[in-house]
Amino acid sequence: MSVQELEKIFQQKIDQEIKIEPKDWMPEAYRKTLVRQISQHAHSEIIGMLPEGNWITRAPSLKRKAILLAKVQDEAGHGLYLYAATETLGTSREQTMDDLHSGKAKYSSIFNYPTLTWGDIGAIGWLVDGAAILNQVMLCRTSYGPYSRANIRICKEESFHQRQGFEILLVLSQGTPEQKAICQDAINRWWWPSLMMFGPKDGESTHSEQSTIWKIKRKSNDELRQQFVNMIAEQVKILGMTLPDADLKYNEQTKNYEFGEIDWNEFWNVVKGNGPCNKQRLDTRRKAHENGAWVRAAAEAHSAKRAARKQEQAKVA
Amino acid sequence: MNINITKYYYGDIPEEKGGGNTAKTESTANWPLWEVFIRSKQGLDHKHVGSLHATDAAMAIENARDVYTRRMEGISIWVVESKYIHASSPDDAAAFYEPANDKVYRHPTFYDLPDELKHM
Repeated sequence: MSVQELEKIFQQKIDQEIKIEPKDWMPEAYRKTLVRQISQHAHSEIIGMLPEGNWITRAPSLKRKAILLAKVQDEAGHGLYLYAATETLGTSREQTMDDLHSGKAKYSSIFNYPTLTWGDIGAIGWLVDGAAILNQVMLCRTSYGPYSRANIRICKEESFHQRQGFEILLVLSQGTPEQKAICQDAINRWWWPSLMMFGPKDGESTHSEQSTIWKIKRKSNDELRQQFVNMIAEQVKILGMTLPDADLKYNEQTKNYEFGEIDWNEFWNVVKGNGPCNKQRLDTRRKAHENGAWVRAAAEAHSAKRAARKQEQAKVA
Repeated sequence: MNINITKYYYGDIPEEKGGGNTAKTESTANWPLWEVFIRSKQGLDHKHVGSLHATDAAMAIENARDVYTRRMEGISIWVVESKYIHASSPDDAAAFYEPANDKVYRHPTFYDLPDELKHM
């Protein structure tokens, strides 16, 4: 069969909402797009552990420590589901990790912002995880089977993340004047970067059109962003706080919240590596990997020993 | 009222000037890939849930517990090294499943029986 014919059959499957599975024929570009997107998603989960991990020892109570620890552990699990999905496309785990460590692969820019107060942990759960959830709920219906299944698993676990974040802010918002100020300050700093998480405007997004035809994505960046603003603009009222946007207002006709212009200069700067913590994040990640070398070596030695012992016992018996 | 919030840069801003550490990490031998199957409760089948890398079966089971049963999703785990799984080929699917295609009489709905007939 010619490539054109195969491509036609492939697109027919997509149009009929039949999922693509690892051993099915797929266009090279589809495979490449998925490897890029899924590994970026995985890296975001892994790097995303760092800004929150910084607060595990400083969380204000034992309860909050336990919750944060569980959340960060979930993120590691999400990274693993996604790395495994990448591997089904024929890319080795090592290659994927190497691309992260060498700086070749990207991850979500949001994690290049620092977590300066406890309020930031609340804002990350509410805003950053909130934005990620919208994206991941859409991706549960993505056309590639393993990626879809990974997202379904992730979404099941993720809703606690957003709720615990909102609860952190809720408690702060009902606290002392200083705690209230911490809450508002965290919202102020995380609001715009959260909007940037949905990526460039529709007209300027390079991969969007093809990804939509292949049903990798099912909603545009701007659609998801609008959905997010509508959701958060209502939720912030419960906190008695405000969003740092003078242009934010409800439009009765469109039933949407209109919002101000995003600072795209800042967005591209952080993407290109000049955010406040880009270097720090990669250094920490590499260091963690290097410091873990002895653990991996020990695990290998341990299973070699276990295998030898088994053989020994078999001989005796 | 002017409120001062204390902000901590702990862990977030480089202590030294954050000079990128470019040392290449060592490449340990690739650990084998394992497919993980979980029984969610007694009476149900083990179901494929995903895969992971581990040095041996014991480690694969422990890792599967940590990754796939953090919320009591399982009471029993199977792991199989991925290389031992043999699969039918999607390219041959049409011919491979063809024998079942024309045997509608294997389905109960094939038989036209009177409505008065009960419990069948």
